[in-house]
Amino acid sequence: MSVKVIEVSGLTKKFGNFTAVDHITFDVEEGEIFGFLGANGAGKTTAMQMLCGISMPTAGAGTVAGYDIIKENELIKRNIGYMSQKFSLYEDLRVWENIRLFGGIYGLSDKVIATKTNALLEKLNFQKERNTLVKYLPLGWKQKLAFSVAIFHEPKIVFLDEPTGGVDPAMRRQFWEMIYEAADQGITVFVTTHYMDEAEYCNRVSIMVDGHIDALDTPAALRRQFSADSMDEVFRQLARKAKRGD
Amino acid sequence: MKTLKFLIEKEFKQMFRNPLIPKMIVMYPIMVLLLFPWAVSFEIKNIRIDVVDHSKSTYSRRLTDKIEASRYFILNDTPPDYRTAMLNMEHGETDMILEIPSSFDVDLVKNKASGVGMAVNSVNGTQGLLGSNYIMQIVNDLSSELRAELMHTLPPQSRASMIRMPQIDIVPQYKFNPSLDYKNFMIPGFMVLLLTLICGILPALNIVMEKENGTIQQINVTPVNRIHFILAKLIPFWVVGLVVMIISVSAAYLLYGLWPVGSVMAVLFSAIVFILSISGLGLIISNYSETMQQASFLVMFFILILILLGGMFTPVSSMPAWAQLIAVINPFNYLTDTFRMLYLNGSKLADVTGNLLALGVIAIVLNGWAVFSYKKRG
Amino acid sequence: MKQFIAFVKKEFHHIMRDNRTLLIILGMPVVEILLFGFAINMEVQDIRVAFYDPTPDDFTTGIAERIRQNSYFNYQGKMQSMEEMEESMRKGKLDLAVVFPQKFQESMVHSGKAAVQLLSNSSDPNRGSISVTYASAIIAGFQQEQADLIQIPFRIETENRMIYNPLMKSSYMFVPGIMGLVLMIICTIMTSVSIVREKERGTMEVLLASPLKQGTMIFAKTIPYMVISFIDFIIILLLSYFVLGVPVNGSLLLLFLVAILYITLTLSYGLTVSTLVDKQVNAVIFSATTAMIPVLMLSGMIFPIDNMPMVLQTLSAIVPARWFIEAVRKVMIQGLGITMIWKEMLILIGMILFLLGVTIAKTKKRLE
Repeated sequence: MSVKVIEVSGLTKKFGNFTAVDHITFDVEEGEIFGFLGANGAGKTTAMQMLCGISMPTAGAGTVAGYDIIKENELIKRNIGYMSQKFSLYEDLRVWENIRLFGGIYGLSDKVIATKTNALLEKLNFQKERNTLVKYLPLGWKQKLAFSVAIFHEPKIVFLDEPTGGVDPAMRRQFWEMIYEAADQGITVFVTTHYMDEAEYCNRVSIMVDGHIDALDTPAALRRQFSADSMDEVFRQLARKAKRGD
Repeated sequence: MKTLKFLIEKEFKQMFRNPLIPKMIVMYPIMVLLLFPWAVSFEIKNIRIDVVDHSKSTYSRRLTDKIEASRYFILNDTPPDYRTAMLNMEHGETDMILEIPSSFDVDLVKNKASGVGMAVNSVNGTQGLLGSNYIMQIVNDLSSELRAELMHTLPPQSRASMIRMPQIDIVPQYKFNPSLDYKNFMIPGFMVLLLTLICGILPALNIVMEKENGTIQQINVTPVNRIHFILAKLIPFWVVGLVVMIISVSAAYLLYGLWPVGSVMAVLFSAIVFILSISGLGLIISNYSETMQQASFLVMFFILILILLGGMFTPVSSMPAWAQLIAVINPFNYLTDTFRMLYLNGSKLADVTGNLLALGVIAIVLNGWAVFSYKKRG
Repeated sequence: MKQFIAFVKKEFHHIMRDNRTLLIILGMPVVEILLFGFAINMEVQDIRVAFYDPTPDDFTTGIAERIRQNSYFNYQGKMQSMEEMEESMRKGKLDLAVVFPQKFQESMVHSGKAAVQLLSNSSDPNRGSISVTYASAIIAGFQQEQADLIQIPFRIETENRMIYNPLMKSSYMFVPGIMGLVLMIICTIMTSVSIVREKERGTMEVLLASPLKQGTMIFAKTIPYMVISFIDFIIILLLSYFVLGVPVNGSLLLLFLVAILYITLTLSYGLTVSTLVDKQVNAVIFSATTAMIPVLMLSGMIFPIDNMPMVLQTLSAIVPARWFIEAVRKVMIQGLGITMIWKEMLILIGMILFLLGVTIAKTKKRLE
């Protein structure tokens, strides 16, 4: 029986009269790569923010890494990694300085940080850019770096919010290879995206439309269910009903 | 606690990577203290005056001469009538008008008394008051001179009664600032001004900047304790403030020979307490702002109020009661007062404890509020 | 042209949506003009005075009484010793000490003279010397009365009339200064931050097809700010007139013209600043430091320019607020016409042209 690292029931977020996330219920198993799909504006980022403990749910409940998302949100944070849409590295800090900062924040010692930093830069082939200020890195490298920083402290779960925006498909594929590596190491990956082809890379996906989850299964099962050739097709069928989004 | 170390490291690095900030911290205090203290003075000199002399007699001419010779006045013109003089005033060419009646001489000799009329442009109220006072002084001087001369013409036996004319000599002593140098009074104020600007504005913009570029979310997702986060933001500014203070104190000494008569340690200590409070204010503003524009307007708004109502340019005692209440919660006011007492009055640390306590309370309230108003979860 | 209007509309929308900033920009001058108009008083008041009178008599009591009754003074009581007085002053609790010698009246009656010592706390030299002047005037008045009593010859009375400012309120001098200061700060920060923001975000580069396009866009950006600033000016003016009682003796139209010139000038300065920095933070720092202290110190709003050393008087000439304040004082309070302020207006126009020139030159350079 696999462990559920994320369990959510009836999760809701309202902003005034606007319901961004409408009573969603799902769970994620340990080691899964879970794709949280939907159009822009469907509510994915809002949902993710609640799971990460930086947004207070209006209603509903859930646990992440075994901790209650309403009462124990600070404990959740110790066990997760996060990479936001804006990649959120400090542009005016160097590559190694960003790594060091977040490593330190998650409680790694100076020595461990130094060792791991070297290993990481080696693996990514980034040694030459060790001292480069992040603002001078090309977009694809920033993404890879941000992801690496997010899992630097080897969290149980890593949340990725639209991590591959703005780069060419080749870059995106490289990025997903990194995701696979992380999953192989036992890190659960929760990733939102609006690129439907990336859905194929996931173990299971859910598709959000107008704040609720309209589909949740493996990509293969969904294609069968909707008699579609691609996830794109699945999505388009669902999106026709949508009021919000692209 | 260790997180604090990493966060502070980051803040310092970022601060020094901004090309403008290090320069500002060092150059601005020096420039300000070099230039602006020379601009301050309220001494009313060079009041322009028109004398309308209808009498054109010996006595009236003497009065005019005395006015011309006075260092307070510049004799602008001697127009033939009041109307012309008023035109001069309207055109901004003169500040005061003295009108001497045609019967001036005659009245003085016959009736022993006469009068002159003054019209003063009181757009500058103090200039108006002082101007009239100066004229009155000059007029009194003339009276005394005339009496002395009269006395000499009298036969000795009549002199006795004149000798007993009342004359009160006024001996002024200007304590703490015998040279009446306004700079000495203002320089401590400039120091407070520098601290307010640098330690008030920078923190206010800091958190908003992280909000605008999204890094704040990255921080909120980590287990970082908000107290540590806020402390890490504040501490660099405390250090910066101290550096600015040291530079200011040195500059004041090197440029003006001004050194606290009281203890310089007391000066630095008071500055630190102040910096704690003003940076707290900056952070609070930062917490409540979503954009840089909002934050900058808000911080400028508050800083202007703190400065203008803080007793640097106009005395708190001259303000209406409700404004003096504001002074009670104005850290600028407390530090300016403290600095002046330490620098000029030779006050000891004990004398300024009241101020320091007030500053301490303000600092605790503001910093507490800053921590409290920072929400990791929206 | 159509694109220009589209730009302007977009900019207006953008500003209108940001309620909070709008509230601050419009509310800031209101609060500040009211606060400063009512609170700032340049007059020396509340002079805490104490007397040291070892042998009280009719004269010393008479003088003390007159000083006590004067509204500028705040009677603190009689001091028992000089040490007490010194300590009080050192602690900042006393402003003026009037020290009478022994047997004051006796000296006056027998030899016709006596001396009074006035010790004034002069850390604030202005306050110190004015306290002495006021007290001296009162003592001189007493002396005059004694002279009158015995019909001393050559008594000259002075009759005093205050013009323009019968109530001698400091606001008359101060309000134009506050106008200049607040407008300068708001406008400079508004434009510089808004433009640098686009620079930082990178959205600027996208539109940077040609210098003309960029010029149009920047101009379009400033139009809404010009409107808002002018509204600010009107608000300040209304408050000054109706609430603070500052007169508008001259032509309202002329006043508006001066205001428009000044606003254009400050907005242009914001533009110039935006070409000199590339981070929003720096735009604010630059604006705040150059818009605030020089205006406070050198514009003549607080300290008279005539008293300054030549170097500073020259510097004052390049502080835009100085010319604005002079023009406003002349028009608003003295009611003068355009013939008297042509110099100020010309200088303002000159500054606008200079700043725009610098902005254009720097922008061109960047594009190359």
